[in-house]
Amino acid sequence: MEKRRIRYTTCFIALGICLLVLLVLNCMIGSSRIGISTVLNALFHPAAGETATGIIWNIRLPRLLTAALLGGALAVAGFLLQTFFGNPIVGPFVLGISSGAKLTVALTMIFFLSRGIVMGSLALIFAAFLGSLLSMGAILLVSNRLHSVAMLVLCGVMIGYICSAITDIVVAFADDSNIVNLHNWSMGSFSGMDWSGVKVCTVVVLAGFACAFLLSKPISAFQLGEDYARNMGVNIKRFRVQLILLSSILSATVTAYAGPISFVGIAVPHLIKNLFGTTKPLIVIPGCFLGGGMFCLLCDLIARTMFAPAELSISSVTAVFGVPVVIWMLLTRQKKKN
Amino acid sequence: MAEEILRTEHLNVGYGQHVVVNDVEIKAFAGQIQTLIGPNGAGKSTILKTLIRQIAPLSGKVYLRNADVYTLSEKQIAQQVSVVLTTRPNVELMTCRDIVCSGRYPFTGSLGILSAKDQEIVDESMELVRVSDLAEKDFNNISDGQRQRVMLARAICQQPRLLIMDEPTSFLDIKHKLDFLYLLGNLVKSRQIAVILSLHELEFAQRFSDTIYCVDNNVIDRAGSPEEIFQGDYIEKLYKVEHGTYNVLFGGIETGAVTGIPRVLVLGGGGQGIPVYRKLQRMGVPFAAGVLSESDVDYPVAKTLASAVVTVPAFAAVTPSSAEKAIELLDGCGKLICACESFGPQNEENKRILDYARSHNMLVEKESMENAFKRS
Repeated sequence: MEKRRIRYTTCFIALGICLLVLLVLNCMIGSSRIGISTVLNALFHPAAGETATGIIWNIRLPRLLTAALLGGALAVAGFLLQTFFGNPIVGPFVLGISSGAKLTVALTMIFFLSRGIVMGSLALIFAAFLGSLLSMGAILLVSNRLHSVAMLVLCGVMIGYICSAITDIVVAFADDSNIVNLHNWSMGSFSGMDWSGVKVCTVVVLAGFACAFLLSKPISAFQLGEDYARNMGVNIKRFRVQLILLSSILSATVTAYAGPISFVGIAVPHLIKNLFGTTKPLIVIPGCFLGGGMFCLLCDLIARTMFAPAELSISSVTAVFGVPVVIWMLLTRQKKKN
Repeated sequence: MAEEILRTEHLNVGYGQHVVVNDVEIKAFAGQIQTLIGPNGAGKSTILKTLIRQIAPLSGKVYLRNADVYTLSEKQIAQQVSVVLTTRPNVELMTCRDIVCSGRYPFTGSLGILSAKDQEIVDESMELVRVSDLAEKDFNNISDGQRQRVMLARAICQQPRLLIMDEPTSFLDIKHKLDFLYLLGNLVKSRQIAVILSLHELEFAQRFSDTIYCVDNNVIDRAGSPEEIFQGDYIEKLYKVEHGTYNVLFGGIETGAVTGIPRVLVLGGGGQGIPVYRKLQRMGVPFAAGVLSESDVDYPVAKTLASAVVTVPAFAAVTPSSAEKAIELLDGCGKLICACESFGPQNEENKRILDYARSHNMLVEKESMENAFKRS
């Protein structure tokens, strides 16, 4: 018991330090390099009128904060979905939930922009939430009939493709002026964040995270399977609804701000579980939140700087890091079965 | 009278419109084991699933300590009823202790953190079921027998008044089946837990149950003490046994007899005949069993496997007239196998049959049975 407590504490401290380092690095590195002393100075004296302070406060900070928050949200959403389906190879991206959100966001954006109305963050999140629920509904319909997770994932990927295809068509027919933004967004990117967006995003994500954390107890029961969970006193129906709503709202928020981001939802929970050596939700949920934030900060740093001034879509970078983790996971699972 | 923990009234169980078992009336008492037996698909699991609210009853009531279970909250039930199910929990990175800890769930606060007292109960439960040494092992890396004991420790740790188990011994070998049920028997008595379980192993049902419920043909066909249920040929009827018999005294099965004219006479007695009878049965050789007292251990097996048996009444010595009858049979088939190692006052006459066979060169050694009865 003691040993475990030490492991948990060490891991949390390490994650915290990594996250801080990445936050600072993200402040420093970019099209103009800013020294660490300037960064720290700017952070503690936001009123100073230097250019560096402007860059940090107006461009880099909103961007890195959303990257960290949304990464955390995505990882937690992935963990919730994995609990729901009782399988670690599902996540908001492979199940087509992100793409569903992407479609509804694109549709509402174009609809409102063509009428000259700029949509607020909350409205976008709401549109994305509807899309997530639609995709989730489709997946649930399918999962009632298919009892193999491989088929479930395949269906999710199909749903994702359909939604992406429709989004592409819609984007192709949108007004020229909208296309540039919309195109960037639909590929996935943390660029162009502002403080008002950060505020809404922080509230929604932290609320979602808190709710997920409070579900730790039924989640731990559910890990033994539905029947045992029922016997432990979990109201299964209510719990399932909570899981669906929560994972949908978290992944919808991500999509509303940054478009679809691939594989974070699968890779991060897997890494975190193995890092901590446990699946206890009390540990894994905060772990995923920190780990997801780290993962997205790192990926965004690479996306911004690798081929600067050109920017990579965040999804390509997360895929490069995430897919090997997923394959590793599949291989070790196969080995265990044999 | 023991305290009544669970009672069902006119309970109909099944799925949707389809009733699987009608009018289930089961009672469970503190410190007693109630066992459901019956053929595959009779509805044992359906009954158990209904009792633990996994499926809703089609009609009727389930009372837990006189309260209708559908008026109780999930938590209230969880604090009184624990389960061991057939499905193996599909978990990752969980130690056996983690699994046992989950039994404390209904007693913990909103984040599910175990108090020092909970931890004590966990340790104590693991001690009781003798799995303490597995505590830090990965639940996925232990044997089926150990896993089932861990699940029992988990159920005990929930400190239930009622424990429901669906075929808890199905995947265990004979040692672990015995260990498991023995442990269970002791726990039930010492903790005054009421147990309802389903078993496929009739011999265990007979030895460990206080009451047995036989589920068949959409009803509880019979309920009673093991002595009442394991009587005559009821078990064969319940399971619709066609090719063989169930010996209610030994709690074992025999396959059907090889019919036909006997090709050999077997001299048995004192249990030594049984292996020879069984071997001949497997080889498909019809045989006659030589003079046995009806109280002999060999007798029930000979009765089911041999095509003819020469007997004397229980506890009687073999009489010259019965020996004559056996010799008559021997003349008919021309071969004798002697399974007896020794002769005494009770079976003196059997020795005469052996001597007769020897002098007529009819004796086949046990060891050379295969050669003597090669299939032609």
